[in-house]
Amino acid sequence: MSQITYLEAALQAIREEMRTNPRVFVMGEDIQSGVFGDFGFNEFGGARVRNTPISEAAFVGAGIGAALTGMRPVVDLQCSTFLYSAMDQVANQAAKIRYMFGGQSNIPLVIRAAVFYGVSAAAHHSDRPWGLFAQVPGLTIIVPTTPHDAKGLIKSAIRGGNPVLCLEELSLRRQYGEVPDHDYTVPIGSAEVKCAGTDLTIVAVASAVHTSLAAAHMLTDDGISAEVIDIRTVVPMDRQTICKSVAKTGRLIVVDPAPGTCSVASEVSATVAEASFVRLRGPIIRLTAPDVPVPFSRDLECLMYPTADKIVAAGRRLCRQRIAATG
Amino acid sequence: MTDEAPDRISKLGLHPHELCEILRRMLRIRIFEERVYEMIQTGEISGGHLAIGQEATIVGACMALRGGDYMTGNHRSHGHPIGKGAPLAPLMAELLGKTSGVCRGKGGTMHLAAFSHGSLGESGIVGSLMPIAVGAALSARLRGTDQVCLCFFGDGAANCGPFHESVNLAAIWKLPVIFLCENNGYAMFTSQAQTTPIADIANRAAAYNIPGTVVDGQDVLAVHSIVSDAVARARSGGGPTLVEAKTYRYSEHSDSAGERIPPYRPAAEMVYWRARDPIVIFSRWLRDMLNFTEDQVSAIQAETRAEVEEAVAFAIRSPVPDPNELLTDLFV
Repeated sequence: MSQITYLEAALQAIREEMRTNPRVFVMGEDIQSGVFGDFGFNEFGGARVRNTPISEAAFVGAGIGAALTGMRPVVDLQCSTFLYSAMDQVANQAAKIRYMFGGQSNIPLVIRAAVFYGVSAAAHHSDRPWGLFAQVPGLTIIVPTTPHDAKGLIKSAIRGGNPVLCLEELSLRRQYGEVPDHDYTVPIGSAEVKCAGTDLTIVAVASAVHTSLAAAHMLTDDGISAEVIDIRTVVPMDRQTICKSVAKTGRLIVVDPAPGTCSVASEVSATVAEASFVRLRGPIIRLTAPDVPVPFSRDLECLMYPTADKIVAAGRRLCRQRIAATG
Repeated sequence: MTDEAPDRISKLGLHPHELCEILRRMLRIRIFEERVYEMIQTGEISGGHLAIGQEATIVGACMALRGGDYMTGNHRSHGHPIGKGAPLAPLMAELLGKTSGVCRGKGGTMHLAAFSHGSLGESGIVGSLMPIAVGAALSARLRGTDQVCLCFFGDGAANCGPFHESVNLAAIWKLPVIFLCENNGYAMFTSQAQTTPIADIANRAAAYNIPGTVVDGQDVLAVHSIVSDAVARARSGGGPTLVEAKTYRYSEHSDSAGERIPPYRPAAEMVYWRARDPIVIFSRWLRDMLNFTEDQVSAIQAETRAEVEEAVAFAIRSPVPDPNELLTDLFV
């Protein structure tokens, strides 16, 4: 085991795949110098580490074209909102081509984008678009929350055959964690139970997983045992793990730092309401951001996101209802 | 055959059988599209953007490629895979939404693709496949092959962002792309003069420091010659070329049953272009230069007509997709 940062784990995944498979290459703005610090790609040379102009549509599309013809590109978008400049290539082309052309070719394309928020970066750099892109059938969406999962999920994405959108939260990229020294992958499409509990299920995405773990710890003071699930893969979503947990606990809080309307939180809630309604002992609670762009002022922005205190309050509310119901 | 004919033909670098193939492919597109038009009128096909009038540009360019080279197209999509040599029956079946279609009935008229023939797809979004063509060329370069990619686009696409981004990217990386503008003068129902401040889109090549050439898009041999030069340049590492073929579509932007479009093209203009029919021009050349007889041309026409009818019969008798096809082919 090694203690490394999330970003280093993600980069290790790419470098290791590049060493073993000459079809893997990277491209993006400032990829050679590394906008978040040295990316360590020097050993591969300029042909496989390609600095691009600020032409998101062109280099995302070039990634699609390369993937259709035998390469395994890893395209770096720097910031998730830059995806919108390549929206046609992502939503109309990468996502649809395999289906639309009757499966004539796979598209082993990985698109990585950092997700900034909570850092006073203001509206144009602060979106959390996992729910937005989940509305596009054909995209696989991974949102790793630990160095271990970042490395394992990115390796799975590079080795697969589908277009994968990998959304990496900036605040998590700096966090350290244990990563095995041997080659391993984390399967796409599997959520992880981060801590087991019996009274309450908390399903979370991105750094809300860490907020939820803190909240679960706080709830033990109230004698409430919370189970925390990290979604890890938004598409395809591991509905089974979520429903199994709710079948046990009977209570669900979904924590998603993105705007609530038609969000991942909504999808998780609807899944449980449809599949496990009779198991529920109280209403599902969604803790999300309000439906507004992210303001610049830290004093305003900090009001937006679910906090451990908000999760704890929701957990207490749900479990009080249990006590009232059972008398 | 005239005295100077052997010399002119040898300069073309085309064998007589290749010249016959050029005529055959142009006729395939023409007759296929005429048949599609009939089937749109009867309601058997819901609609389509026909390539009638633009055959010389498509075939001249495609015949400059090798089988293993790549090609991308656009919404005026039927001609490109035919020009690239894809068989007609799965293309026609696709237009009828049948499971034997080249895309298993999931792509349809604007999204034909025949990967087995290097056709990486057509697109309903103007300009959208230009970045993908650049990526295919990048892939060829990284894999160490000498494949090139022919990227068809229209005059309308020349005003899209992806046009500029793609030509720039291919230019800085010296990628083997031939950007082939089929300039038919109209972006849907709006003339080029209303949307574009220059007469020749090829002039935009200068902005990206690559060669740009205008060619008569109704002269299949002229297109073939210019594109062959661009292909040779691309293959040898010289980078992309922008070729603009001036051409014309005879039909409406799209042919859908019941469509009523107010006139937007001058009648004299249509007369002018119809008098420069690419198939008539090339047939005449074959007669003058190769001593082709009317019977030889008619024979190729008859064979092609039979080939199209076989494709139609195949498409009609093919089954519709099984309901479980709805959910297949999305993911590996």
